[in-house]
Amino acid sequence: MKTLSLVSDRIRWDEKALIRAASSIGVDLKLVDPKSMFLKISVKPEDLSEVFGEVIINRCISYFRGLHIAALLEKAGLKVINSFKVMLVCGNKVFTDLALINANIPVPKTLLAFTKEGALKALDEIGFPAVIKPVIGSWGRLIALVKDKDSAQAIIESREQIRNALLQIYYIQEYVKRPPRDIRVLVIGDDVVAASYRYSPKNDWRTNVARGGVSKPCPITEELREIALQAAEAVGGGVLAIDCMESPNGLLVHEVNSTVEFRGLCSATGIDIPKKIIEYAIEVMKQ
Amino acid sequence: MGVITFKLTCLECGGEIEIPEDVISGEIVSCPDCGMDYEVEIAENGEVKLKPAEIEGEDWGE
Repeated sequence: MKTLSLVSDRIRWDEKALIRAASSIGVDLKLVDPKSMFLKISVKPEDLSEVFGEVIINRCISYFRGLHIAALLEKAGLKVINSFKVMLVCGNKVFTDLALINANIPVPKTLLAFTKEGALKALDEIGFPAVIKPVIGSWGRLIALVKDKDSAQAIIESREQIRNALLQIYYIQEYVKRPPRDIRVLVIGDDVVAASYRYSPKNDWRTNVARGGVSKPCPITEELREIALQAAEAVGGGVLAIDCMESPNGLLVHEVNSTVEFRGLCSATGIDIPKKIIEYAIEVMKQ
Repeated sequence: MGVITFKLTCLECGGEIEIPEDVISGEIVSCPDCGMDYEVEIAENGEVKLKPAEIEGEDWGE
């Protein structure tokens, strides 16, 4: 009999919902908080399965903590949702773009530079307004809409002062002319489970729910279904949130999220997403 | 929201923090007086303790 665990370093609404969902369908979900433990680097399942079980829903709020835990558990032969490779690809915007482009999925025009000089040249090439993002980042942090060269220069110089090697990689993207919203599609395994529009809050152009973005139901069209399934497959599959923009030339995928925050999507659609995630984990346990 | 069954004291300001009956280890509670965030820690013997919550990291979230 396999054991399912939930690895979480912070119990938020989403994690409580997963715990409730497991309980409601009679699944014994083992809770593991990795913060006060150490792990053995090993390739033997028995070294880690006693604590983690055999199938793990990895819900660490800290990306790097979750990534390293996934690496260890997977190397020891345990099944992690989502896999280490999926987390690695989705955690980095460049790696995600490369996976998407490789699968012929349309993405916004993006340039990469490694110094202030290169970044300013890239901005000249892409034109203003443009968007500068960190390659690894979350909740919309440090994502800047730059409208002219002066503000671009100020942002680049600020990033230089932060002395963080990752911030010296400049991910520069066209500003897509879209409605004041994007579309989030949740894919679980081979199913498109739910979709929502995420509207920017007042006084912000970003749509992240963590920044005050508001979720509303979105119809799942054939085009949306197809692009979401393709994007999920391109990064390796699992439980994934595909974020799309409605450009004048059709849908563009601008992000794939591997540790999905689904509270907004649940409230917008009324769909029992936590139950579907638990059911997916049960299917994985049977494999 | 669970039924409030007991209160713990804020380590920062001495205020009273209400702990819901169905609290889970790892959940975050806040002091209503000073705003300090705590993580709930439930020991094997069932004792409920508070420890200062981790500060938001730059890699937190999706």
